Amino acid sequence: MSMEIAIPQPVERENYLNKEYGVWSWLLTTDHKRIALLYLISITFFFFIGGFFALLIRLELLTPAGDLVQADTYNKLFTMHGMVMVFFFLIPSIPAVLGNFLVPMMIGAKDLAFPRINLLSWYLYIIGGVMMLHCMLTGGVDTGWTFYAPFSTNYSNTKIVEAGLAIFVAGFSSILTGLNFVVTIHRMRAPGLTWSRLPLFIWAHYATSIIQLLGTPVIAVTIVLVACERALHLGIFDPRLGGDPLLFQHLFWFYSHPAVYIMILPSMGVVTEIIACFSRKRIFGYSFVAFSSIAIAVFGFLVWAHHMFVAGMSVYAALVFSLLSYAVAVPSAIKVFNWTATLYKGSIHYDAPMLYAFGFLGLFTMGGLTGLFLAALGIDVHVTDTYFVVAHFHYIMVGGAVMGYLGGMHFWWPKISGRLYPEGWARLAALIVFIGFNLTFFPQFLLGYMGMPRRYYDYSHMPEFQVLNVLSTAGATVLGVGYLLPMVYFLWSMRYGKPASDNPWNAAGLEWKTASPPPTFNFDEEPVVTWEAYNYEELDAPHSEEVPVAR
Amino acid sequence: MPDSTVVSLQHEEQHCPELLHHFADPQQQRDASSLGMWVFLATEVMFFGGLFCAYLIYRLKFFADFGAASKSIDATLGATNTAVLICSSLTVVVAVWAAQTARRTLLIGMLAVTMLLGFVFLGIKAVEYKDKFEEHHVPGASFSFDRVPIPGHPDQYANPQHAQLFFSLYFVMTGLHALHMVVGLGIFSWLLYAARKGRFTPEWHTPVEIGGLYWHFVDIIWIYLFPLLYLIDRHP
Repeated sequence: MSMEIAIPQPVERENYLNKEYGVWSWLLTTDHKRIALLYLISITFFFFIGGFFALLIRLELLTPAGDLVQADTYNKLFTMHGMVMVFFFLIPSIPAVLGNFLVPMMIGAKDLAFPRINLLSWYLYIIGGVMMLHCMLTGGVDTGWTFYAPFSTNYSNTKIVEAGLAIFVAGFSSILTGLNFVVTIHRMRAPGLTWSRLPLFIWAHYATSIIQLLGTPVIAVTIVLVACERALHLGIFDPRLGGDPLLFQHLFWFYSHPAVYIMILPSMGVVTEIIACFSRKRIFGYSFVAFSSIAIAVFGFLVWAHHMFVAGMSVYAALVFSLLSYAVAVPSAIKVFNWTATLYKGSIHYDAPMLYAFGFLGLFTMGGLTGLFLAALGIDVHVTDTYFVVAHFHYIMVGGAVMGYLGGMHFWWPKISGRLYPEGWARLAALIVFIGFNLTFFPQFLLGYMGMPRRYYDYSHMPEFQVLNVLSTAGATVLGVGYLLPMVYFLWSMRYGKPASDNPWNAAGLEWKTASPPPTFNFDEEPVVTWEAYNYEELDAPHSEEVPVAR
Repeated sequence: MPDSTVVSLQHEEQHCPELLHHFADPQQQRDASSLGMWVFLATEVMFFGGLFCAYLIYRLKFFADFGAASKSIDATLGATNTAVLICSSLTVVVAVWAAQTARRTLLIGMLAVTMLLGFVFLGIKAVEYKDKFEEHHVPGASFSFDRVPIPGHPDQYANPQHAQLFFSLYFVMTGLHALHMVVGLGIFSWLLYAARKGRFTPEWHTPVEIGGLYWHFVDIIWIYLFPLLYLIDRHP
């Protein structure tokens, strides 16, 4: 199942890409596929801005002395890195690009339920993004992406209100995407496509949307309070006026912990699709994988205070949150076991998307298990605010979410662009990303466990940390190459890649039953679904076209 | 669900001008719009939920000070506003019924009355804010809440800082609520415009329905704000 199956189509038929040309046909489009591409371009832009900040951080830490940048600049670097990557790359990444493109196609709909709101969400994202860029160029923020009170409300002398408003606006974009997905999945499914026949990608996006809908408004109101606090000195988070800074942390993490699941759940959905396709098997334990997504969304809302074990919270509350944090690991583990069980006795193909999925499996497991270290009250006290935490969440967000995003981009690239990417380069890039990632972040586990604190620009009193920091910086460079490569060959393939057939992977799923690239309304005729999800055994059976599809 | 041939037939038959191309039939479109508004209102609940959470914590922490501060607000104005909003909910219900039953004049009238009541609410709110401003109860440099006794304990005075926290919450919560009222008035002026142009029919009046849902929601927020901000510790 590599490229030789692909049958080039002789005549280019009308599709969503060549139907109309011109700037306005893109900027005023309500086609979910075009909006997905608008998002793709915008989030790639922000990904490289965030990556640039990361590179400067790693360069500063190459030597123990604080020599490349000054302390203030360093504070702004890691703050802007975090804000850009979280709010302008990771949260919109898979939902707004792949989700936007695929949710209507996977459920056999012509478009999302509210196409104009979908376009509005992109414009809100762009408005937020422009505000963020302006904020960066005119001084930036130095509080860390968590903008903890009272530093952010009373003391920091940087552009917190502007950055907050940028995140507020981008948050509405996220809410509107989630709202569109929930309504679309409920109301727009093709005849015969019952909930138990939905691809697990859809279940993952449904769960993600629930978190976006119920979590994001809380960060929105928190930002409003921070802005009021700075502008009007209300005192809600100010201990001098009787307010409680801990309340800020509670409100902040009530969104920002579930936000981690906004980033990882769609990635899990992507990986589920890829593993089933490249093992040529029905996913093992369909309903467990489906409901574990919902369980993650629900439990994810009940664990936020594990970010605050050293913040002076009640010990009894901490115990409960520790226990709940262990509980949220259970549905994640269910998924990992089911993916592994799907691989068992599968006919496994090592194409690039599958390599990314394998990378995801290993790195997510590492990130998840170290999360349990942090959920344990005793160990957490030891490693709080060290590089152990930094390494842990990068294993989830970069090793998990970005790996899944890249895997998904490769898997659906033939559908999105109508062209095949160069498989050899793609496998090489997957390998480089995996090696670069581990080289960057594994040393940080060791550094953190030995006690290197995060957010320090100068470690000259602990020169013994330099070796591991040099390794990490070297890894970041490798990782940077690994991320640039796909961008180069994706762009190359848009012009020079071989034309893709409708279903180059011979994959199950409605999105593969229409042309590549799809027509504007996705399907020439409204599909009627009579088969279960992931019917790979039937697809691969000899004379499969003669076998009735119903089981 | 009907199969594909039936769906395409329905497309031929029903030339509902408001049916967007990506929906199979008007029923699906109406269901989607209505669900969309309910989901949006769920996000609004979470938005105000953060504020209610902050209120709950500080009310428990500074119980008596909040009582004293609450007593300084004019409950009569608040009660009047509550009555105004409840009446506006009734007019919204009548407006939706009028749209369902093709009573266009009634629909236009009820939308106009709803908007009028909305403006009355905001006017009374402005009077309240003006009073608070003159009494120096707006948080900030000029805030003063000196020697105000705690209800039930005439010998004790409320802590001005903690009272200021009450007023902070009062202004943020009622301010955001008022902002939602302004948005609601914007929605209703569009509804009024579309109703005057005769766009709503018994077959298609989804905007009236979901606009009405939004209006009811903003009312319900007020129904919670009123006792929490005006009526705590009102015993004589």
